[in-house]
Amino acid sequence: MLVQPESNSTIPALKVVDLAAGYPGDRRAISQVHFEVNRGERIAVIGPNGAGKSTLFKSIVGLIPFTQGHVSIHGEDCRTSHNMVGYVPQHNEIDWNFPATVSDVVMMGRARQIGWLRMPKRADWEKVEALLTQVGMAHLADRQIGQLSGGQKRRVFIARALAQNADVLLLDEPFNGVDVAAQDEIMQTLDMLQARQVTVLLATHDMELALSKFDRLMLIKGQMIAYGTPDEVFTPTHLKTAYGGRVRVFEDAGQMMVLADEHGCC
Amino acid sequence: MEALQPILDFLLTPMSYQFMQRALLGGIIVGLICGVIGCFVVIRSMSFFGDALAHAVLPGVAIAYILTGGAGIGLFIGGLIAGVGSALGIGWLTRENRLKEDTAIGIVFVTMFALGIAIISQDERAYGRDLVHILFGNILGIVDTDLVIMVLCGVIVVGSIVLFYKELMIISFDQSLARTLKLPSEGLRLFLLILIALTIIASLQVVGTTLMLAMLVVPAAAAHLITHRLHHMILVASLIGIISCVIGIYVSYYLDIAAGPSIVLTVSSLFVMVFIGARLRAV
Repeated sequence: MLVQPESNSTIPALKVVDLAAGYPGDRRAISQVHFEVNRGERIAVIGPNGAGKSTLFKSIVGLIPFTQGHVSIHGEDCRTSHNMVGYVPQHNEIDWNFPATVSDVVMMGRARQIGWLRMPKRADWEKVEALLTQVGMAHLADRQIGQLSGGQKRRVFIARALAQNADVLLLDEPFNGVDVAAQDEIMQTLDMLQARQVTVLLATHDMELALSKFDRLMLIKGQMIAYGTPDEVFTPTHLKTAYGGRVRVFEDAGQMMVLADEHGCC
Repeated sequence: MEALQPILDFLLTPMSYQFMQRALLGGIIVGLICGVIGCFVVIRSMSFFGDALAHAVLPGVAIAYILTGGAGIGLFIGGLIAGVGSALGIGWLTRENRLKEDTAIGIVFVTMFALGIAIISQDERAYGRDLVHILFGNILGIVDTDLVIMVLCGVIVVGSIVLFYKELMIISFDQSLARTLKLPSEGLRLFLLILIALTIIASLQVVGTTLMLAMLVVPAAAAHLITHRLHHMILVASLIGIISCVIGIYVSYYLDIAAGPSIVLTVSSLFVMVFIGARLRAV
């Protein structure tokens, strides 16, 4: 079958149909998730703790089997697709003591291109160095990964996803435990990804950032509550459904103000 | 040259015995492969699993022992079947979160070990004398067949690690990457378990089931303290493993103590030295 180049743009980069995933009884289980993301779009996934943001990401990646539904990447089933999905796990899911340097971690992303039974060649190391330069980490290429700051660790993992040639990237709470400067650096790296038409889904508790820097928002709590532009998602009804009594919403002359207690949004 | 003569005598006298030559060769192979595989045991936090597997080979070894009456290829095959069987059993018990892994390991480990002792206890000769060899090693009793088996296991283990290095590193570091790259994680994990089982079988004669864990964990743990890339860690760990076996064998000869414990005490001493050295350097 011949596919015209233009028709690629009409196929969503990521399409999730009626997804249900997670172990029964687990409060982090999700169901009835339904959305499409266009190529190069940047989506913030928000919702209270335990809402299932990680479950959603892990089921798309294949770490948690989904019980129902369908996920496709550029029109191909995610379980058999050759299109790569990159994933940046939460900080505490990685053993930072692992004997690997920054270059080693990025090289892991190239395992498939290198192929079975083969060692990385000089060209592979050059490619890794180029990717590290793009995320501004080339000067720390030989550092052991545990010796990096929070923001640097995230950028190394983003470089690893680029090494996979991932065109969809999922980041699970990359801003947790990093300072404002590091947050800016990560955002700059994401801007670079957007310029390369990489589709990004990012789970975060930072409403401010979600509102200002992302094309669309997804609000979830066990199910998908809302998906769309900030205006469509940030309504009092949606926020009350997601956060319950832990959030107060005031509206005044077209300006909305959201107050959350310390556990409401984080 | 005159001054070197006592040192040469010290080193060469034990080697005038053939059983000492075999012991040294066996020790070097075991030090090497335990160091290599031990790195994966350490970085994957599998030391409890390694200990369990070392004990779980016992029933297979025991049955082969009684059937064949001693050393040889039978022990190897029997131990391998019991070891891989236990590894698969643990994997099966932990599927879909039915049991936590350490619980499943605990159950399989003691059951297999008790079964092994029960089988050996039926044979009076084996129970009295040979059980000690199985538990603590019998490096001076190594025969040529054992060496052939050790070399074969060594070639398979080291060769496999070299060939599948990047994939084994990925499944050890980050399961999510293994998933997104669509690597066969389960198959690779099982493959690694079989390599651990092979290493244990090859090392049985040198350190025995109960002291095995030391050879799997201590050289790798010491290497982890002073390296920050996996292949460096593997090289240093195998070097520490080989040195410990060689020194341990000489200590055993001159102090007239059992070789297994002597090797283990040597490797532990090396670990303490590396640990203190690394601390001092950090200060």
